[in-house]
Order: sequence, then structure tokens, then C-alpha cells
Amino acid sequence: MTTYKGKGVYGAVAVGKISVFKRQDVQVKREKVENTDNELKRLEDAKAAAITQLGEIYEKALKEVGEANAAIFDIHMMMVEDEDYNDAIVEMITSQNVNAEYAVAITGDNFAEMFAAMDDAYMQARSADVRDISNRIINCLMSSVTNEEKSNEPVIICADDLAPSETVSLDKDKVLAFVTAHGSSNSHTAILARNMNIPAIIGVGEEFLSAVKDGDIAVANGFTGEFILDPDAETIEAAEMKRAEEQEKKELLQKLKGKENITLDGRKINVYANIGSADNIGAVLLNDAGGIGLFRSEFLYLENSDYPTEDEQFKIYKRVLESMAGKKVIIRTLDIGADKQCDYFNMPKEENPALGIRAIRLCLNRPEIFRTQLRALFRASAFGNLGIMFPMIANVWELEEILAVCESVKAELKKDSIEYSEETELGIMIETPAAALISHKLAPMVDFFSVGTNDLTQYTLACDRQNPDIDRFCDTHHEAVIKLIEMAAESAHRYGKWIGICGELAADTTLTETFLRIGIDELSVSPSFVLKVRDTVRSIDLSKN
Amino acid sequence: MKTFTYTIKDELGIHARPAGMLAKTAKALDSEIIIAKDDKSAAATKLMALMGMGVKCGDTITVTVNGGNEEASEKAMKEFLEANL
Repeated sequence: MTTYKGKGVYGAVAVGKISVFKRQDVQVKREKVENTDNELKRLEDAKAAAITQLGEIYEKALKEVGEANAAIFDIHMMMVEDEDYNDAIVEMITSQNVNAEYAVAITGDNFAEMFAAMDDAYMQARSADVRDISNRIINCLMSSVTNEEKSNEPVIICADDLAPSETVSLDKDKVLAFVTAHGSSNSHTAILARNMNIPAIIGVGEEFLSAVKDGDIAVANGFTGEFILDPDAETIEAAEMKRAEEQEKKELLQKLKGKENITLDGRKINVYANIGSADNIGAVLLNDAGGIGLFRSEFLYLENSDYPTEDEQFKIYKRVLESMAGKKVIIRTLDIGADKQCDYFNMPKEENPALGIRAIRLCLNRPEIFRTQLRALFRASAFGNLGIMFPMIANVWELEEILAVCESVKAELKKDSIEYSEETELGIMIETPAAALISHKLAPMVDFFSVGTNDLTQYTLACDRQNPDIDRFCDTHHEAVIKLIEMAAESAHRYGKWIGICGELAADTTLTETFLRIGIDELSVSPSFVLKVRDTVRSIDLSKN
Repeated sequence: MKTFTYTIKDELGIHARPAGMLAKTAKALDSEIIIAKDDKSAAATKLMALMGMGVKCGDTITVTVNGGNEEASEKAMKEFLEANL
């Protein structure tokens, strides 16, 4: 068993036999030609044939990966007809009396080099497109057939690199995965693999190519970028399980895509996703979540070596809001302290950090940090449907202070004529027993509640969630916790506010019905649980007891 | 001859797809269209040359329209740039 590591560009797992992609090795030789007119005629015919082929590939891509991704083959056709490219080829044939194959190969190399030398990763990746069309014209000149993989069972295709046209030309049903030694995630091949829903790993490196043989068994894990040659039984089993899980998810997605999350008796529940970084938005959209119920803003601070500036934060919040295109995005203000520490905050050592200066306490004690984040958030609110959520509330006065800061930040923005949205919802986390017990006082002051079950459980049961030894005392289904959630829900609804759950318990489908009966309006879970929770919601009938 | 400038708003700049569309648009016009940025310039009908200029988001390009129905061509180019780049 040997593991090779590359970059996974489409998250899925495949297990199966390998087929090594063999490209007809076109050997182009420089030959002297007397009749250059004849050579130019051959070039014209080859270009016409290449255009016909590309037209067919475009049609195939249009059906399989959609218009936006098929467009590259339209570009390829235009490249074949590009004036400068053709002038260079024709010039070479006529002035040097060389064969068309040679002129195309050299010109293709030159243009590919030009792109490869550009200071932009996207444009560098375009050199592969130039090589691809040049090889196609050369193949047409030599009237050799283009490569077609002929295998009866689906295989894992291993190649040094795949041109976009090669990727699309492969029979989708016969491909388990693509694994290439080279390539970039900007390459169209990577983009096409993603759209064909085929696991793909790129940039595995040269050595893997010399190790693989046709018929060898391998596991390709597009999530981790691992390619495992000759896996042992255990690895195969784990991969098969992962694959079955993914398959189930895919079927769920098929079944649920675009459908509302309503119970059998007609109650609508919002199922949102929790994320910890802007990079997870892809997963949110992929799993068809209705919005983001918890965006942990800590990563902005934890990844930095100094306080992130207002502009840095604003850019990221704006990007998230714009990517979610009008769907709800609830961003939680800085929740640092306890188990999450940041050196430059210079926090004094605490005996009991879970009960110490963390989350909103830190923000209220250090208003300059809080104001910076709130300004960035309100500025971003103009670009989407934002909710701001404050963690670790235990007192009414805390919330009063927070709301006063919000008002003063908004007034400041107004004075500077900076746009923000008046619709921005403000809410609090219910994660201390105190907040649940005084929820009737907190509810009128905010737009929503969101229950953080991890901390609520820890504080209610006096169980340190970092300590594995007290696992059996830390019953997440404890009646006391459920009762507190019920209290908060009652208070919220009494004042016409909504209440969600964004802790880990929200993903526990054995509790979904309990939560809905309590009156929970929203469940926010990790992207990978969204579909399962949605499916559960749609199977519940609240009219029956 | 007509000249105007345009600042690219598309995040990726003049990448393959809009370059292709730009070339197609320019080909359909009866004027000669030249795109210039700093010391580089290219005929708008030439796809690879356009891509090779490496025009990025925020760059300002100068568009020169020469011959034919210059007014109509200028309008068409402006509309194209606004809509696609």
C-alpha cells in the first residue's frame, strides 16, 4: 500500500481498477517541403477538421457540464482561427519551407510559452489550452485518430495531465476518478471534473505515474487528495463506506433540491448551515442550505498575527453575503477565550477560562475591538441579508450595552454617509442557563434567539466538555437542557421573535421532532448534515401525537 | 477616430471567455477596434493577443475605434464592456 498526495478538486471517493491514460505520442519532425501551397491547403483542411471535432466536443460538454463550462471549447475554436496564431504558422511554412505539423508545433509552443510566462495563475493555466488545440491540429494533419479510452468496466484514469477536450471526450460512465501528476485547480480539467461530479485529484507528482499499471487497484479520495495504490482491505472498506455515504447524500440532494422544508402538516422550518471560514461557502451551497445560521467570525482573528482591520473584515463579510445572494447570513461576533486563544490579545491566564473573560465579555471590556467588528459588519449589511448574533449573554445589562454600541456605530456610519441595512437582524445566543431563565426579558430587545447547545449543556450540567472522563455525566439529551430550550422558545414566540438552534444538537435527528414540537423555527448544522436534517423535517407530522 | 477609456470591473479581468466574446463582438463591427493598456495594445478581434495583455480587474484600458460607422461601433463596444467586463 502506497499513499500519494495531491490536491482533491472534487470531493468524492472512488475505489477501482486503474487505467493509465496513453496519449498517442505525436512525434513531429521538421521536414523540408517544396510545395508550400499544398502545405497551406493541408493546414486549412486540418483546421477545418479540428473545428468540426471541437464543435462535437462542445455539444457533448453542453449536455454534460452546461453552457458555462462548455464555453471553453468555443474559445478553443476561436483559438484555432486566431489571426496571430495563424499568421505565425503560415509565415513559418512559407518563409522556412517547413511542413505544417512542424509549424503548428513550434507556434503552439511559442504561444503556450507566452501564457506560461504571464504573472497570473489563471493565464498561466491557459497555456494548456494552446497546447491542446495545437495537438489537435497536428493530429488532424497526421490524420491519426484522437485518443479514446476503450474499457468495459469503469476505471480510475491516471495521466500526467489531461487536456480539457480529453476530459470531456472520455465516456463519463466509464470513469471512476481522474488522477493526474500535474495540473492546477484553475485548469479547466479540474473545473470540468467538478461539474461532471467525478472525484479528481491533481498534482500528485511524477513518481506516481511510474508506479501505476493498468488493472492495479487504487482508492482515490477527492476530499483529502489522497491516492492510495494497492490499498489493504481495511482501507478499501473505509473508502467503500465513505462512497456509500456520499452516494446516499447525492440521492438525498437529488430528492430535496429546491424543495421547501415543511413538515407533513405544513410547518416551515429553516435549515441553515454553520461555517467557520469563508472557504466553506462552497459546501453550504453544495448541500443546498437555506442560509448560514452561524458564521463563526473567530477565524479572522485566529488566523491573523494581529487584530484584523475593519476593511479586512468588511471584505470577507461582504464576500460571504454576496456569495449567499440574498439568503440569510448570521454572523456571530468574536467568540474567543476559553478553549480558543489568540496570542496578540495578551489575555491574562485564568483559573477557569470557560467561566472567564470570553466572547461578549471580552468585547464589552475591550470596546475598540468590538466597535471595529461591528462597523465592518454593518458596512457589509448593505450587500445582503445579514443577521448579527452575540454570544454568551447572561445579563440584561450586557444586551443593553451591546445595543447602545450598535446604535452609536450606526449613527457614526450615517454621519459618514456610509450605507448599511436597517433590516439587519440582531440576536443573541442562548448558551447560559441564565439567558434561558430570563429569556422573557431578553426577547423583546432582539430579533431572534439561537441556542448554542454545546455551551448550554456544559453550563447546565456543570460538565467540562473538554474532559473525556466525564462523558457519561454529560448527557446531551438531559431533560434540564431541553426544558431551558423550551423556556427560551416560549419567550421568543410570546414577543413574535424566531428561535433557532445552532449547536451540535441541531444535527441530532433523534431530537428533531422534539425541537419542532417545542417550537424551534430554525436548525443550523454543519453543511454535511443539512440534507439529512431537511429530509427528517419533511418526514415529521406534528399534528399527530 | 474615436477613443474612450474603460476600467475593468470583472474580478478575473479579460479572461478567456470575455476575451472570446469581445473578439466576436469586434469582428461583427465594420470599424477597426484597438484595445490598449500601458504600452501593450491588440486588435480586439485577436483572441490570444487580448488574453496575452493580461488585463486585470481595476486596470483601465483605452479603446480606439477607427473607420466604418465609428459612432455605432463605439456604442456597441461601450455596451459590451459595461455588460461583460
